Amino acid sequence: MLEIKNLQVTAEDKEILRGIDLSVNKGEVHAIMGPNGSGKSTLARALSGHPEYQVTGGQVLFEGRDLLDMDPDERAREGVFMAFQYPVEIAGVNNAYFLKAALNAKRKHQGLPELDAMEFMSLVNDKAKLLEIDKSMLSRAVNEGFSGGEKKRNEIFQMALLEPTLAILDETDSGLDIDALKLVANGVNAMRSPERAFIVVTHYQRLLNYIVPDFVHVLSGGRIVKSGGKELALELEQKGYGWIEAA
Amino acid sequence: MSTSTETIEQLATREYKYGFVTDVESETIPKGLNEDIVRLISAKKNEPDWLLQWRLKAYRLWLTMKEPTWQNVKYDPINYQDIVYYSAPKKRPALNSLDDVDPEVKRTFDKLGIPLEEQKLLAGVAVDAVFDSVSVATTFREKLAKMGIIFMSFSEAVQHHPDLVRKYLGSVVPHTDNFFAALNSAVFSDGSFVYVPKGVRCPMELSTYFRINAKDTGQFERTLIVADEGSYVSYLEGCTAPMRDENQLHAAVVELVALDDATIKYSTIQNWYPGDKDGKGGIYNFVTKRGLCAGRRSKITWTQVETGSAITWKYPGCILQGDGSIGEFYSVATTNNWQQADTGTKMIHLGKNTRSTIVSKGISAGHGQNTYRGLVRVGKNAVHARNYSQCDSLLIGDKCGAHTFPYLEIRNTSARVEHEASTSKIGEDQIFYCRQRGLPTEDAVNMIVSGFCKEVFRELPMEFAVEAQKLLSVSLEGSVG
Repeated sequence: MLEIKNLQVTAEDKEILRGIDLSVNKGEVHAIMGPNGSGKSTLARALSGHPEYQVTGGQVLFEGRDLLDMDPDERAREGVFMAFQYPVEIAGVNNAYFLKAALNAKRKHQGLPELDAMEFMSLVNDKAKLLEIDKSMLSRAVNEGFSGGEKKRNEIFQMALLEPTLAILDETDSGLDIDALKLVANGVNAMRSPERAFIVVTHYQRLLNYIVPDFVHVLSGGRIVKSGGKELALELEQKGYGWIEAA
Repeated sequence: MSTSTETIEQLATREYKYGFVTDVESETIPKGLNEDIVRLISAKKNEPDWLLQWRLKAYRLWLTMKEPTWQNVKYDPINYQDIVYYSAPKKRPALNSLDDVDPEVKRTFDKLGIPLEEQKLLAGVAVDAVFDSVSVATTFREKLAKMGIIFMSFSEAVQHHPDLVRKYLGSVVPHTDNFFAALNSAVFSDGSFVYVPKGVRCPMELSTYFRINAKDTGQFERTLIVADEGSYVSYLEGCTAPMRDENQLHAAVVELVALDDATIKYSTIQNWYPGDKDGKGGIYNFVTKRGLCAGRRSKITWTQVETGSAITWKYPGCILQGDGSIGEFYSVATTNNWQQADTGTKMIHLGKNTRSTIVSKGISAGHGQNTYRGLVRVGKNAVHARNYSQCDSLLIGDKCGAHTFPYLEIRNTSARVEHEASTSKIGEDQIFYCRQRGLPTEDAVNMIVSGFCKEVFRELPMEFAVEAQKLLSVSLEGSVG
């Protein structure tokens, strides 16, 4: 589903990714780990088309199409979702209104009829139940005055509504206490399906106790220096990143 | 690379869809201003002598006055002898018949989305249509007259209700008030007049639509609204003008009077031609608007959405004279390309337990400069006066500016005055967040901007809130590349 070939990315004229190769198939969960500054968040943001990251080389195919040729909003409508590390606040814009607009932009793109308010609310109810999420955050402005945990839960809720084919989680666990972490992980697990792939970017192994990955990749210096199964994460937890960087 | 073109700085031209000119035979007087011109305008309107004398007094005073320079806007000096002070379509309608309106003029209003045939009108909205210097039609007048509500052009009111006009004209904005108010008092041509009798709740929105058409012509209208005891009226004005390379002057005066327990809601959707993307042309919108809460527990609310004009200079204010009276000001002002706005309000607390609320939202894009200037004055007898002010500025791009000048003059120690201000930049990160959820850039900007303006839009009459939102998105079109 996703083919990354020799991807090179700079930010503020600094070379960050120096040639990433990665294949992700439907149904798989890939964890991207690595020390601070290794480029793992850059990978997530470059894939979603963040304007501050310039792709200087390589290729990314998403379901056979050139992902890098698409605008960020087109990537989203094609089914790429990124849960932000720092979700932004949009004052005065009702969360439900925002989500309905996003969902309908995607449905329109897919040639599906747009949902009206009633249909949308019943979908919201279903998803809220599935994720055990409090609906009251829908009537507030987008992320405005949300606690760190609420913001992350809102990201997962958006993901559940938009039903992406590829979901990228950019350090979603940062700043979460254990209860919030479990809620987020449960949401992701409820969304796992043979039709959907996840790229989970994280610094700590902790999240991977709850979201068990199929593959773990370790980034260092802008390259994938080691790949393995879920046991690789445990090994990292014990030994730290030092032994990989030294290797 | 598709995404690296995403810079907020890129400004594109925006379309001003009301910029057409109507080819209509006009009666236009020669350019320039002197006593003979003032007399000519008065004679054309067949005015009583007291009104002519009032105009002449204003004109003579104006000659001694200096154009204000304190406002935070820049423009080349205006040559007041190079302006036409009166222009009217030749074919004048008989007072009550829409059939006599020049078909070209009627088509103009149709094109602007203001059909003058009553059956086609928005249900519940009566319209007075002003074309250059004259009112060409007022709808629903008979229906309103049955309730004792007077809604007609200013010129007609002078003829039919001279006592009311004489009593209130200049009572809130005297001809001595300021340079542009004096000019208006000398040469005003038309506008709307509203009187709502005691205890009557006006059943429909009243509105005036102002259209400048003729070249080199200034528009100087005057609106006077009087709400008698216990009455209620909601009034809305809209404005557009053709695209021209020369600047045109619009210097209006609006006076509101609310007696005991009366409420006036006055909403403006101002969309005068703003000039082109290089700042050429556009309307100078120099307007004096003031409401007098004369009665106890009276209330006046100003709501304005200012998207047009090359320069906007206006401070709709309230004089809170009656005990327990309330003044409110809700404003959205946008400046894109080279537009400049210096706008805000004055809340003058004189009575006891008077309250005022100010919510101002300034949006700047392109090279636009947006200034909020507001005065809150609490007089020494205004026991327990309260004011709350909130001024928020939103910047789109990094070549525009936002400025806030709040003035507070408090002469009573029991007053409670709060002021909050914020300036934020519409961030790449907000836009990117929306785009990552699938929304195109323009939609993202519109959503962020409407969220920013929400507190003001909800004050508009429902029929117009949607229109205002659309207008705002058009006026910011192309501000984000």
